[in-house]
Amino acid sequence: MSSAPPPSNGTSGVSGRTDGGPVPLASSAPYRSVARRVFVNRAFLWACLITTNIAVVVLAVLLISIFWQGWDTLSWKFITSFASRKPADAGILAPLMGSLWVCTICGLVALPLGIGTAIYLEEFSKRSRFTRIVQTNIMNLAGVPSIVYGILGLTAFARMFGAFGTNVDDAIAVGNGEGLLYLRLPFGSSVLAGGLTLMLVILPVVIISTQEALRAVPSSLRAGALALGATPWQTVWGITLPAAIPGIMTGAILSMSRAIGESAPLLVLGGLLLVFNTPTNLMSDFAILPLQIYNWAGRPQDAFHAIAASAIIVQLGVLFLFNGIAVLIRQKLQKPLQ
Amino acid sequence: MGSLAVAATFSILVTTTIIVVLARETIGFFEFPEVSLGEFFFSLEWNPLLGAEKHFGIWPLVAGTLLVTVIAASFALPVGLISAVYLSEYASPRVRATLKPALEILAGIPTVVYGFFALTVITPMLGKISPSFGAYNAMSAGLATGIMILPIVCSLSEDALRAVPRSLRDAAFALGGTRFDVSVKVVVPAALSGVVAAFLLALSRAIGETMIVALAAGGIAQITANPAAEVQTMTAYMVQIFLGDAPATGVEYKSSYAVAAMLFVLTFGLTMVGRWVLRRFREEYD
Amino acid sequence: MQSESSTTTPSQHAHGHSVELRAVSVASTPNTAHSDTAIKVRGFSSWYGSFQALKSLDLDIPSRHVTAFIGPSGCGKSTFLRWINRMNDTIPSARAEGTLELHGKDLLAKSVDVVDLRRHVGMVFQKPNPFPKSIYDNVAFGPRLHRVYSRAELDQLVERSLRQASIWNEVKDRLHASALGLSGGQQQRLCIARAIAVGPEVLLMDEPCSALDPKSTLAIEELIESLADRYTIVIVTHNMQQAARVSDETAFFFEGRLVESGATEAIFTKPRNKQTEDYVTGRFG
Repeated sequence: MSSAPPPSNGTSGVSGRTDGGPVPLASSAPYRSVARRVFVNRAFLWACLITTNIAVVVLAVLLISIFWQGWDTLSWKFITSFASRKPADAGILAPLMGSLWVCTICGLVALPLGIGTAIYLEEFSKRSRFTRIVQTNIMNLAGVPSIVYGILGLTAFARMFGAFGTNVDDAIAVGNGEGLLYLRLPFGSSVLAGGLTLMLVILPVVIISTQEALRAVPSSLRAGALALGATPWQTVWGITLPAAIPGIMTGAILSMSRAIGESAPLLVLGGLLLVFNTPTNLMSDFAILPLQIYNWAGRPQDAFHAIAASAIIVQLGVLFLFNGIAVLIRQKLQKPLQ
Repeated sequence: MGSLAVAATFSILVTTTIIVVLARETIGFFEFPEVSLGEFFFSLEWNPLLGAEKHFGIWPLVAGTLLVTVIAASFALPVGLISAVYLSEYASPRVRATLKPALEILAGIPTVVYGFFALTVITPMLGKISPSFGAYNAMSAGLATGIMILPIVCSLSEDALRAVPRSLRDAAFALGGTRFDVSVKVVVPAALSGVVAAFLLALSRAIGETMIVALAAGGIAQITANPAAEVQTMTAYMVQIFLGDAPATGVEYKSSYAVAAMLFVLTFGLTMVGRWVLRRFREEYD
Repeated sequence: MQSESSTTTPSQHAHGHSVELRAVSVASTPNTAHSDTAIKVRGFSSWYGSFQALKSLDLDIPSRHVTAFIGPSGCGKSTFLRWINRMNDTIPSARAEGTLELHGKDLLAKSVDVVDLRRHVGMVFQKPNPFPKSIYDNVAFGPRLHRVYSRAELDQLVERSLRQASIWNEVKDRLHASALGLSGGQQQRLCIARAIAVGPEVLLMDEPCSALDPKSTLAIEELIESLADRYTIVIVTHNMQQAARVSDETAFFFEGRLVESGATEAIFTKPRNKQTEDYVTGRFG
């Protein structure tokens, strides 16, 4: 215990404070100008603001250009007519209905499968090697280009690995070709094959968004239920799922809007079919809206560009409807939880 | 519970089937007498459809893909990251509430619409700037692809920035940092692994993008760094084959599987690298 | 404040007994408020939106002493601390009125640049919050913001800051390793070194030990003592023993008011106010 003299500024001399002098940090290093630093900050803010608004400007230009090109040719007749070689007579009834059929099939399979997988991974699985592999695998699947899923769909659903012969003609058929219950193997380029192919594309999206929704449920809720003696199943059905429903539904709708805009895999599956019928059963041929847009956009004539733009307006209308519903659900249902 | 486990196994089945199908068909492709592994990887010519002699060197398609991806990235990565910094560090809740939906709408627009936009808006604009841009060029497709991946870069980077604990920002402010210092010298470095992962994911999206390049990039497989040139990407080639009437047993048709395998390996590799970066360099805060 | 330090490092001191000695020495000089006032507070009130968090405070915080703010949760002590370096500026709804002066300079004036202010008023937070950078870069972060240092000068500054924070000996061999690899107590001392490196006059500490184990807490308390004759230290604490151990002056906050302030010894042994007495004797809070 040193008994150093009290510091010069008159504080009480307390042992333990006597090492060193005052702040030993004197330096000749020049100061940076505060005004300049504040200016850099403001300049950066403006640069950021301008950069961020690039997205807004691009979106505005995109929407305006499409409405500019496509508004005049958009009519009820356009929506309710079949395809035609003459742009003035062409319509989008077949691809519009085809898109709805394909997306419905896709949703009916992808949502239960995806949500089930997510519930398993989040709520039931032990943190085992198996679940880790599944989890990694799902992340990787989400990064696979959609066109690759097209190849998978072509091989697995349309041709069924050639198990029924390499010819795409019906090898096995059940029921009447006109009836709703008609089924044949392999599926060929049918709405069923299309829907299942799209299902492959959005399955990882559904799983990941559902997992996020489940993770957002506070674990105290689960612990509370389990502490009251509920079984894990009861906890999931009675507590976790109801709490996560808004998030799951939002994710599901956004996945479906991804599905309805996806075109590359179905292009691989069936090419650009000229279809003059709306689908009547699972084995019907089909066209979809995005591929119809692709078809018209690829033509050199302006008249086709115009009806492509009209079809895009319809497509975006359907999308905004989907997104609007998702936003509504988010706002209506999510409040009590947060 | 058992059925749920089966559902979870389904995703493994999907991956396995993709790999098996691609591998089988690619091997089938290399069994044709016209092709060899050596040519595939070392020839600089890709010309499977026209001419007396067919060539199957993958590099022109890879180069076309890379050119489009580089153009997309040089637009989307800086713009996306800066937007993310703005949204996460500067923007008031009110400004955020108007900017976020715009980005969400951009994210939801089908890629075929971007292709149409490239063809009918970007390409004519480029043509006004310089006559060297023809009806199809890498620049137009690249910019449209950049617009497409911008929301991905921005929202994933923003997530990473927001995950940086507030206490780090407080510390930097308390040391006399301006908001610029705090954002650029603390928050972005602290979120770097997440930002890099976002970049890699966006790149893998750009590489796999199909409809935009099929509409706007053109159909000439060539190795060039000229953004005004017409290029063919791997995905655009696949579209060309699956739309055409090449016989399903022919070598041209099978070549699309080899291209798909290459595409799969590239994007899968990028995804893996992205996950590795996240795991290896993520700082754990409690 | 400008002269060079002696070669003695704080860690060379026998800290074990300093706490008791200090209590004795404070008792022998109970009135430490005669030293010059660093921070002068008169009629200071603040609001979050329409909620009044602080109600007309009057206080003198002495220069180069340790002043402790005590009081139950939500009493406004942390809020007040965060006004001294204007950290509340980051909360849009926060505003304040009254006098808050550092050496006669109005801290609430529009002309005050918070960037410059925070060079003079450093802060240490509740939970250790080192940047995910190397130990060296953590300490060098603040100095690099404000001044242009040569490499050698910066090396020296980093070393002296770490020495002052009594952590040099533990980290000198791994200055370029990540700061996140340090233990919680070490991280907190690193954060103190980081705050010191900018060369502040005032150090604000917002419950600096609440996230630490008892042993690390002791190390921080010893460090606070060793720093007290160079810095004006204001420490917010929940722990009354800690306030009694480390501080010269204590201010008791309750429901946004400053109930009582004065020499620590006096506050703990003969409080004038009933609420203060109830609080320091553990009858509530």
